[in-house]
Amino acid sequence: MDTQAPDPRPVLEGPDIARVLTRIAHEIVERAKGADDVVLLGIPTRGVFLAQRIAAKLAEITDRKIPVGSLDITMYRDDLRLQPPRALARTEIPGDGVDGRLVVLVDDVLFSGRTIRAALDALNDIGRPRAVQLAVLVDRGHRELPIRADYVGKNLPTSLRETVKVQLAEEDGRDTVLLGAKRTAPGAQQ
Amino acid sequence: MQRHLISAADLTRDDAIRILDTAEEMSRVADRPIKKLPTLRGRTIVNLFFEDSTRTRISFEAAEKRLSADVINFSAKGSSVSKGESLKDTAQTLEAMGVDAVVIRHGASGAPYRLANSGWIDAAVVNAGDGTHQHPTQALLDAFTMRRRLVGRDAGLGQDLDGRRITIVGDILHSRVARSNVDLLHTLGAEVTLVAPPTLLPVGIESWPCEISYDLDATLPKSDAVMMLRVQRERMNAAFFPTEREYSRRYGLDGERMARMPEHSIVMHPGPMVRGMEITAEVADSDRCTAIEQVANGVSIRMAVLYLLLGGAVFETKNVPDTLQTRTEEK
Amino acid sequence: MSKTLIRGAKVLGGEPQDVLIDGRTIVEVGSGLSAEGAEVVEADGKVLLPGLVDLHTHLREPGREDSETVLTGTRAAASGGYTAVFAMANTFPVADTAGVVEQVYRLGQQHGYCDVQPIGAVTVGLEGRKLAELGAMHESAAGVTVFSDDGKCVDDAVIMRRALEYVKAFGGVVAQHAQEPRLTEGAQMNEGVVSAELGLGGWPAVAEESIIARDVLLAEHVGSRVHICHLSTAGSVEIVRWAKSRGIDVTAEVTPHHLLLTDELVRTYNPVYKVNPPLRTERDVYALREALADGTIDIVATDHAPHPHEDKDCEWAAAAMGMVGLETALSVVQETMVDTGLLDWAGVADRMSFKPAVIGRAAGHGRPVSAGEPANLTLVDTAYRGSVDPAGFASRSRNTPYEGRELPGRVTHTWLRGKATLVDGKLT
Repeated sequence: MDTQAPDPRPVLEGPDIARVLTRIAHEIVERAKGADDVVLLGIPTRGVFLAQRIAAKLAEITDRKIPVGSLDITMYRDDLRLQPPRALARTEIPGDGVDGRLVVLVDDVLFSGRTIRAALDALNDIGRPRAVQLAVLVDRGHRELPIRADYVGKNLPTSLRETVKVQLAEEDGRDTVLLGAKRTAPGAQQ
Repeated sequence: MQRHLISAADLTRDDAIRILDTAEEMSRVADRPIKKLPTLRGRTIVNLFFEDSTRTRISFEAAEKRLSADVINFSAKGSSVSKGESLKDTAQTLEAMGVDAVVIRHGASGAPYRLANSGWIDAAVVNAGDGTHQHPTQALLDAFTMRRRLVGRDAGLGQDLDGRRITIVGDILHSRVARSNVDLLHTLGAEVTLVAPPTLLPVGIESWPCEISYDLDATLPKSDAVMMLRVQRERMNAAFFPTEREYSRRYGLDGERMARMPEHSIVMHPGPMVRGMEITAEVADSDRCTAIEQVANGVSIRMAVLYLLLGGAVFETKNVPDTLQTRTEEK
Repeated sequence: MSKTLIRGAKVLGGEPQDVLIDGRTIVEVGSGLSAEGAEVVEADGKVLLPGLVDLHTHLREPGREDSETVLTGTRAAASGGYTAVFAMANTFPVADTAGVVEQVYRLGQQHGYCDVQPIGAVTVGLEGRKLAELGAMHESAAGVTVFSDDGKCVDDAVIMRRALEYVKAFGGVVAQHAQEPRLTEGAQMNEGVVSAELGLGGWPAVAEESIIARDVLLAEHVGSRVHICHLSTAGSVEIVRWAKSRGIDVTAEVTPHHLLLTDELVRTYNPVYKVNPPLRTERDVYALREALADGTIDIVATDHAPHPHEDKDCEWAAAAMGMVGLETALSVVQETMVDTGLLDWAGVADRMSFKPAVIGRAAGHGRPVSAGEPANLTLVDTAYRGSVDPAGFASRSRNTPYEGRELPGRVTHTWLRGKATLVDGKLT
């Protein structure tokens, strides 16, 4: 750890996160005209928890159970050969599948766009949705592909020397989004 | 994990569990409309089979194709290279064509080890069975099958086979499946008992991490899984046992014997089964027999192994990080 | 003929002395000998031994000149300090007639690096069925006294009995390659813990021991002498010890590799460790060293078995059995027997020169280092330590198990009947 780096500072705290997720849920209902055919697919690890939280909010708003699952993109990454083999996460598609439905992909941070590119490929092997949308908690910019989010919790202008770290209660024991300085790890070009 | 998979004995507990967990995810691909992943696109794998083995070859081929690798099948059987001397030339020829991995089945024990360690080629080597030495992917798929059946599909993730009692019955002497299973099951914490007539147990077996018994009936009631090995009829001619009838009476698994196994326990067989010799049709076709399941699981295990060997960057042995990185956030 | 003065050599490891050679003969051994008219070799505390005698060498000629010839093999022998080698009969054609043994003998004489004493086959074609013309080979110019089907065992008890009896007529000896064939079908390595793990066919100790037991009893019964080739197990040692205690005329040899290496090395699946009889366990190695020290095993013989590169650069099962040994034998014996305190240099001279010459009836070899004896000598720098580099071998083959291993001792000079065949480590 680079001891020179200042401590990461929180840019979103627990209540902020809850609020933006509620807003995203409302936006989905509004744009999807009642969210009748919405399927939420979270991208592991934290995207899955966010998808589940959004699904819960949607259920409150619409009074219906919204199908939610997970979509692991590891095997579709374009940088597999740059790192040792990664552990796989679970892909769990809700029972009725995705064919003809509106799939909303959910991830925590949108950065280069490569994860979402991989997710679109993965989704392509699973079925043919009516449309695909993207919801992210934080958009930190620096896109490397023509990809944009449909629902953004917070736009967070960053420099490439900064890192954005999302922590969620399910995984990390607390809800927060941290902005910090990048560790100078050798070969870390992400 | 190392660059090659030569012996089940080379796998640590963490390696083995990583492979089993990865295979569990791979198995889900079989349930999807498009049973294919792009992961090994552009990688070339050669299945170099110096021995006949349709089922193992097909299983590897299915795994390779599901991962989008380019597959070359090379069967040396019957060609001029079926003699061992040309293993080196054959391998070098294939490598010159840009092969990234060699899946090798060979009649000579140690041939894959030589291929991986002699400096003949740079490609990763996966042992698909060598002589009477090792068959590591078979042991992995067997452990995978046991974990699913005895621990549970989801409950098993991250788990080993601690304290499970596994009995392996039959021609241990000539069995690479038995050797691999003893190594792997021991690593995974299982208690292994080998049952065979003394003629079919190797001299020197006392150093293996398992129990030995000549008495199948005494062992069955305390077995969570019973693995029956194929016993070739030719063994009879070399005086390993007197007659087929006597063998099956003493060491074969029939319905009556199966009834003495605990309720939850399973019957396994690596195939091909010799019905009437080591196993009766009644047992082979029963719900407790996992032979067909093992075949399906074999594809998942081989996908996992190939992914873990080839799916990432190639590192010098000394630079391979100790732990796998979990998927990090896009940052 | 010229004179050579070897100055300050520890003869058989004793106090430094000077040794004067005139022509083919040692003329004087003592201190402060005059160097007048002699070429001087400063021994400088090196050990002087009688020229070594190898009772078990494969020179491969005729038939497998791609692995060794009489020329390259005798050059290797001279490099290793040998002045006489016994060439095994498993050539192509087999040395089972007077013609073949005479050819090999003459090639040795012609090249002049080392005396070659051919061994005759016991049975025609090494097939174990019909006695070869043992008497004719003995009466030939080669004067064969040692007979062996080495590589194969004379497993038929009647044939073995007849051979033992027959060679008595001319003082011959049968050297048995003790390997029960049925027990070693498909054998690839020592049968035990390591073979069980590696899945390689086992070569059980009992396959050697049962034949040795049978043959010492046969030798006793017919009153013949018998020699056991490359004894490799602790059990074989016990049988030979028992036989000697009964007064049976049995002699036995051990190879350098069986004094040093164990079957643990097979875990590498590197065929350079594939040899027949196979490398055994550590317990066997210590039993063999002890038996060589106490005289139960009479001699060290190399079983020098050259093979071309391709016969070893392959998978274990396809590889040929055997190791080259002439050029490393003395170093391995120093490492395992001298540096461990089990044997002094006089003991080494006994096991590697005197006794093998007696067993093989090699006239003029294995003689004391004293005035009037033929000048067959080897000078050893025992203080040297270095790693084995097969590229420097004189042998045509490189299949040594010691590549890169550090071993003590280096032969610097060899004299065959007064003529230097090796000077400062270089062949003449």
